[in-house]
Amino acid sequence: MVVSGATAATPEPRDVPRRRFVNILLGTGLLASAASFLYPILKYLVPPKLPDLGGDAVLAAKVSELKPNTGKTFRFGSRPGLLVQTAPGEYHAMSATCTHLGCTVQYRPDLREIWCACHNGLYDLNGRNISGPPPRPLEAFDVQVRGDEIFVRRKQEA
Amino acid sequence: MATRATNVRGWFDDRFHLDDLKALAKKKTVPLHRYSYWYFLGGMTLFLFGVQVMTGALLLLYYRPGADEAFESVQFIMTQVQFGWLIRSVHSWSANLLVFMAFAHLFSVLFLRSYRKPRELTWMSGVLLLILMLGFGFSGYLLPWNTLSYFATKVGTEIPAQIPVIGRPVLLFLRGGEDITGSTLTRMFGLHVAILPAIATLLIVLHVGLIQWFGMSVPPGVEAAWAKNPGERREIRFFPNFVLRELMAWYVALGLLGTLAALFPWTLGVKADPFAPAPAGIKPEWYFLFMFQTLKLIPAKIFGMDGEMLGILAFGVVGAVALLLPFLDREKPFHTRRWITGLACVFLGYMAAMTVYGWVAK
Repeated sequence: MVVSGATAATPEPRDVPRRRFVNILLGTGLLASAASFLYPILKYLVPPKLPDLGGDAVLAAKVSELKPNTGKTFRFGSRPGLLVQTAPGEYHAMSATCTHLGCTVQYRPDLREIWCACHNGLYDLNGRNISGPPPRPLEAFDVQVRGDEIFVRRKQEA
Repeated sequence: MATRATNVRGWFDDRFHLDDLKALAKKKTVPLHRYSYWYFLGGMTLFLFGVQVMTGALLLLYYRPGADEAFESVQFIMTQVQFGWLIRSVHSWSANLLVFMAFAHLFSVLFLRSYRKPRELTWMSGVLLLILMLGFGFSGYLLPWNTLSYFATKVGTEIPAQIPVIGRPVLLFLRGGEDITGSTLTRMFGLHVAILPAIATLLIVLHVGLIQWFGMSVPPGVEAAWAKNPGERREIRFFPNFVLRELMAWYVALGLLGTLAALFPWTLGVKADPFAPAPAGIKPEWYFLFMFQTLKLIPAKIFGMDGEMLGILAFGVVGAVALLLPFLDREKPFHTRRWITGLACVFLGYMAAMTVYGWVAK
């Protein structure tokens, strides 16, 4: 029985640099191709940003369904938004995600302020954080009334 | 650092006797002769299965089963997720190459007669694995929920319904109801990602384990020549010599897969609409085409019996013969071997011809 290939003749000392060179060439080639295989996989693992609503307006409520001094939570993209009518015809809209730990906030008619039930955070009607743990104001949105429908959109820059 | 590595090694050695394993790896050899290249096909099939597991797991991150969501989620993978098109195309290409490799492996083992004693169970587990791979192909085909896959599944599940007595219950089981609906999709999804992988894993462990147990088979002709002239016997070590060659083949295969997926990405088609008429040119995947074409050509009535049913029974017989082949191969009389080779050639020719015919036929 002949076992071939396992042990080639011991290379001559002058062959060693050449072998090292070939090994480095092979090794870097393999590493580079491994990187080119891994890169798409790593990129694939990053979930793409959901199509944002950008400048598009969202129908938040009908004028008829919202009484004065009440609030309504509506879908703004994939997140909740809060629409508040203080006096007849006076609307405020903002993100309903508390800037503290992400609970959904609500309108407190008794306080006439926005309140987060999780850690007792308070915001005013423009979304400014005024008491409790919230570190930042809520993002305020633009409100537009068209006929019977109230549309909300992101505040346009400049 | 070196001592720590030695310590870790020592810890494992103490418990698992790594040196025994090393000795085992050293002892394992692969016969070297003019048919040695065929030894790579099984490993290549295994590699492609690994690719399927990897890319399948990745697709699961974004795929959603359900008649309302499946198509949209695949569309999302193809258009929104970075390199999603690549992952899905590699999954599809690899699936097709895997089925091809499994068939090539089967026929190479058949013609080299490696199934003979003591490897009967290795052969049988291999045949069952091939059938499982076809099941993977069939169940996975519906998952994107496009028109083509919808109607292919409709036709495909109609076929076993022709079998007397058990046909209808099988159809209801496969479809999860009378028609192809969201329930069918849920079933195919469960089959594709849970049930079939579980069975396949067990069978692969058995199959590969048996190969380790018996070692590589040497074709009878080569074996006879070696017995006559023992000086001609050639072997290479499995580790590292054969493993390195196999790895090189896998590396080339991975490159080929990436190239195919990039140059010919898989399309998604149109979302399935159960109320739309079937589009022209509905065809199953190529590896079902020879059966599909046969059933299309078979006359409605043969000797007063239902033609389609006879066709299905014939394929059932072929499958049973394939599974039990090692037990039909007898040392004496010597003709049985010629018979088996002849029949295999005829069947291979038939498969190839029918596939091509099905491909070009309208």
